[in-house]
Amino acid sequence: MTQTCPDRALALQAMLDDELDPLASAALEDHLRGCAGCREAYARAKQLSILLRGSEMHGIAPAHLRARIEALAGGEAASPARRRPRPGAMPWLGGGAIGALAASLALLLAVPMRPEPILADEVVSSQIRSLQSGHLVDVETSDRHTVKPWFNGRIDFSPPVVDLASQGFPLVGGRLDVLEGRTVATLVFKRRLHTINLFIRPKPASAHDAALARQGYAIEKWSADGLEYWAVSDIPAHELSNFHRIFAEESRK
Amino acid sequence: MTRWRRSPWLGLTLSRERPRAAGNGSASRFASLILPHLDSAWRYARFLCRDDAAAEDIVQDAFERALTAIDQCRGDPRAWLFAILRNCHHDAARTSARAASTGSDDELAGLVAPDDQHNLAEMADLRQVIEALPEPFREALVLRELEELTYRDIAAVTGAPIGTVMSRLARARQMLGVSLRDGDAPDRKRGEA
Repeated sequence: MTQTCPDRALALQAMLDDELDPLASAALEDHLRGCAGCREAYARAKQLSILLRGSEMHGIAPAHLRARIEALAGGEAASPARRRPRPGAMPWLGGGAIGALAASLALLLAVPMRPEPILADEVVSSQIRSLQSGHLVDVETSDRHTVKPWFNGRIDFSPPVVDLASQGFPLVGGRLDVLEGRTVATLVFKRRLHTINLFIRPKPASAHDAALARQGYAIEKWSADGLEYWAVSDIPAHELSNFHRIFAEESRK
Repeated sequence: MTRWRRSPWLGLTLSRERPRAAGNGSASRFASLILPHLDSAWRYARFLCRDDAAAEDIVQDAFERALTAIDQCRGDPRAWLFAILRNCHHDAARTSARAASTGSDDELAGLVAPDDQHNLAEMADLRQVIEALPEPFREALVLRELEELTYRDIAAVTGAPIGTVMSRLARARQMLGVSLRDGDAPDRKRGEA
């Protein structure tokens, strides 16, 4: 392992965390060009970061806990002095029937996901390719009424197009892509500085919803109304699952 | 006073007589600002407690406190919630035998074997590796890498100066000591194929 410069360690980390001001960033980039040790340290830290973010540690709160917490917001506050039953001892006491219902719902949602490794790799490659080539969209507009007709005649199905700008996912545009040798519709959304590619194709015979991760990219896959959706992005998995939920809701309207 | 919630069966199962501690405005503020962060709070709590039952307890506690104090919520609501959650954790740790780690950062860091290097194969249980970190380092890492808080927000949550946050984060990353050689990284995706 090459020697790193100890006095640069915190600045390197700040650059990785996007916390370094532009002037200091420029100076550090200059230093990195000449210092193999720091370059290596930076690459290592970056890989660790990708590994952590792509890991399966983005769990969601248990359904019975969510039911109890949401009940708090129902308009009435629980007295802070009230002692709730310990969840370990009597898990359902707080939520009763809904707890059970929510739990069975959660079970449904958490049905073991059948990984679809090859296609998952393919959508990630598509995502990376689109970012690298700068060919993000064929039709660039946030107006869904422009994007939707643009797909007419180019593909033999009609994907729902919604702009989710008010929910923090502005529509950037659309393009055609190829998955498994077939042309698919791709909608491109932004989340802060990150890009979300949403691949849409007619639903194949066997399809399961799934949340996957590849090389630090989060993937959400679902199907509705005969179409199958693959959302890929480098945003945290839970944000992508929010995107999934919002998109599904809006496209149903 | 018992109020019906959105649907009757929800009301039936949940309406118990409880003293009112917050008005309707507070409840809706709570619902829009705090409630969306339940999953985040749960993840942070699990890493703080390293025990699911204890994590549930402090999450419930934190949300109850957040509802009562919602009028004091300033800045980033999630950071505010996390700060409360952290207090709940420390309160719980104080009353039970589960003492939170105390000692200076240097002392705590010294508890981790210096040559504790993991390669990617051993990282299979990444959670375990993170859980093995002393608390100040663990929480800095989790807040930054998993919850993507800014340094400023991590400082606000943990009540530490930004400089301390930065050095804890650096130590945490160093302690994870992942030796990612070139050949390692692709294992992850191939391993699933």
